[in-house]
Amino acid sequence: METLKKLVPSDLNASKWVRMILGILVLALLVWRLVDVILIQRLYGPDTWARFAITGLIIGGMYALIAIGYTLVYGILLMINFAHGEVMMLGSFAGYFVFELLAFIPSPGPENPEQVLLNAFPVLSILVAFLVGMLVSALAGYFLEKIAYRPLRKAPRLVPLISAIGASIFLQNAAMLLFGPQRRTYLNPTLLDRGLGLEIPIAGNNVLVPYTGIFSFVLSILLMLGLYLLVQKTKLGRSMRAVAEDKGAAALMGINVDAVISRTFIISGILAGAAGVMWGVHNGLLNHYVGYIPGMKAFTAAVMGGIGNIPGAMLGGMTLGILESLGPAMLGIDFQLKDVIAFTILILVLIFRPSGLLGERLSEEKV
Amino acid sequence: MKTNQMLEVKDLHVYYGAIHALKGISFHLNEGEIVALIGTNGAGKSTTLNSVSGLLTPQPGQLFFGGKEITNTPPQDVVKMGIVQVPEGRKIFARMTVRENLEMGAYVFNDRDHIEADVQHAFEMFPRLRERQKQLGGTLSGGEQQMLAMARALMTRPRLLLMDEPSMGLAPILVEQVFEIIQEINSKGTTVLLVEQNAQMALSIADRAYVLETGKIVLEGTGQELLTNPQVKEAYLGG
Ligand SMILES: Nc1ncnc2c1ncn2[C@@H]1O[C@H](COP(=O)(O)OP(=O)(O)O)[C@@H](O)[C@H]1O
Ligand SMILES: [Mg+2]
Repeated sequence: METLKKLVPSDLNASKWVRMILGILVLALLVWRLVDVILIQRLYGPDTWARFAITGLIIGGMYALIAIGYTLVYGILLMINFAHGEVMMLGSFAGYFVFELLAFIPSPGPENPEQVLLNAFPVLSILVAFLVGMLVSALAGYFLEKIAYRPLRKAPRLVPLISAIGASIFLQNAAMLLFGPQRRTYLNPTLLDRGLGLEIPIAGNNVLVPYTGIFSFVLSILLMLGLYLLVQKTKLGRSMRAVAEDKGAAALMGINVDAVISRTFIISGILAGAAGVMWGVHNGLLNHYVGYIPGMKAFTAAVMGGIGNIPGAMLGGMTLGILESLGPAMLGIDFQLKDVIAFTILILVLIFRPSGLLGERLSEEKV
Repeated sequence: MKTNQMLEVKDLHVYYGAIHALKGISFHLNEGEIVALIGTNGAGKSTTLNSVSGLLTPQPGQLFFGGKEITNTPPQDVVKMGIVQVPEGRKIFARMTVRENLEMGAYVFNDRDHIEADVQHAFEMFPRLRERQKQLGGTLSGGEQQMLAMARALMTRPRLLLMDEPSMGLAPILVEQVFEIIQEINSKGTTVLLVEQNAQMALSIADRAYVLETGKIVLEGTGQELLTNPQVKEAYLGG
């Protein structure tokens, strides 16, 4: 014990210096790139910047919804649910098949014999696709916890983590076997055609904001608001907070801890499922791999906001969406590198502020 | 005597992995009593309470509440039956307000008006909590946290109150207050099982008491008997 106490402070000091020098280097690089691109080269006009920012907000909303799932589960079980991206993927497939099915069935109405259900009742179709997507992801989350995590509740912390990675690989491959490896195109109702949108004039140019984006953004905000109310104002939310704080004390108050954990996975699944259908509706492409990158990004967002912290996940998701959308342009690098930006941010956050933007200094204490 | 037995623990064994923490203890509480369970650190007092609360599994052993077997009942159902525990170290919810903590105590109920009446009743019993109802639990002082933990437990409308070392970490004047409140709760009809290292205080308010040593009950008697017992005096009351 004594030697430990003596060792730790000097070690901390050393890493403090390394961090500071690294920090100054990173900052200098950033400032130089920003000045170069924005003031000297002037590559993009304000309309282009606005377009990047809007895209970032839309994708950020989806990251936020997925990130909440990571944070809720971490808050309660202190584990990273690495299969959460796959939960989203399953919801995305569910929404896809609902649209395909509705596009296959002719509308019963006499006026328009050519029309299919999908376009005869677009609003209803969208509603059904989201509800089914959310339901499928909720079930996926529920069974994931029951099968892959619950039996390992008392095992060392690394064990459920490995199980999560295994579940992620299993679900990806199961989806590939079931649905095939090909890329599919999400078939939206014409009401949410991906080519249509609002034209907003900015600096003399029109910026097209797609309806799918507006719809996704509004829906993600509404879902986050709903979640906030659920957690803060309802009995279920209070029980979730109680279990997150102290499982033993919660059980002594008559809370069924296992049931609350199940419900947490169901709620995380619902939000991920909604994000999955949004992802398909807005981006258009889908295969068994679709959840992986958004899942990793949302994990980054959750860490960035302070893992375990719900507003942090929301803020982190939005921030990450905007940063990775504006980042390549700001730094004057290739747009293909936006994924690199996200994961560079993850590394920087872990080095400089492991507790995240809104995180309390709890992480070390809890670990 | 069997007729008014509230809690009966029969030959209770509990293991933590290879550690044999309780080695077959038996004791009982009669309705309306305050019974103290005293013993040094590590004797198995908290293990006993957690077994009654359903957090730990007897292996083997039997528990009866009001004549009905409750062995292996999950903790949430134990609370619904009317057994509540104020755990060691209080374990209030630090990131919830005082009022939310109280409402957590009423988790098993749904009758809003009745719950609100209980909250008001708790505020009458603990006026400090009314003043601090919007404050986060974590910002309360140790004494206030103990009051909150007791008030929260009472929100479950218990018939049997299990108290784990309520005096721990409190100044003597606060300890006295806490014990007065325990007596007050008891006088209103709640049976109390009081676990303490502070044997002097516990024995002075207990109707009966048991002494636990490394997982075994080694002595039992009325509170007065044990207070004057030479063995107890030497081991627990500082000679
Ligand atoms: N979670 C646990 N894991 C392993 N051993 C435990 C655990 N809790 C208690 N023990 C052991 O069980 C014995 C009884 O502990 P406990 O019931 O907490 O005693 P008391 O409350 O009387 O201080 C002690 O030897 C303690 O070390
Ligand atoms: Mg103890």
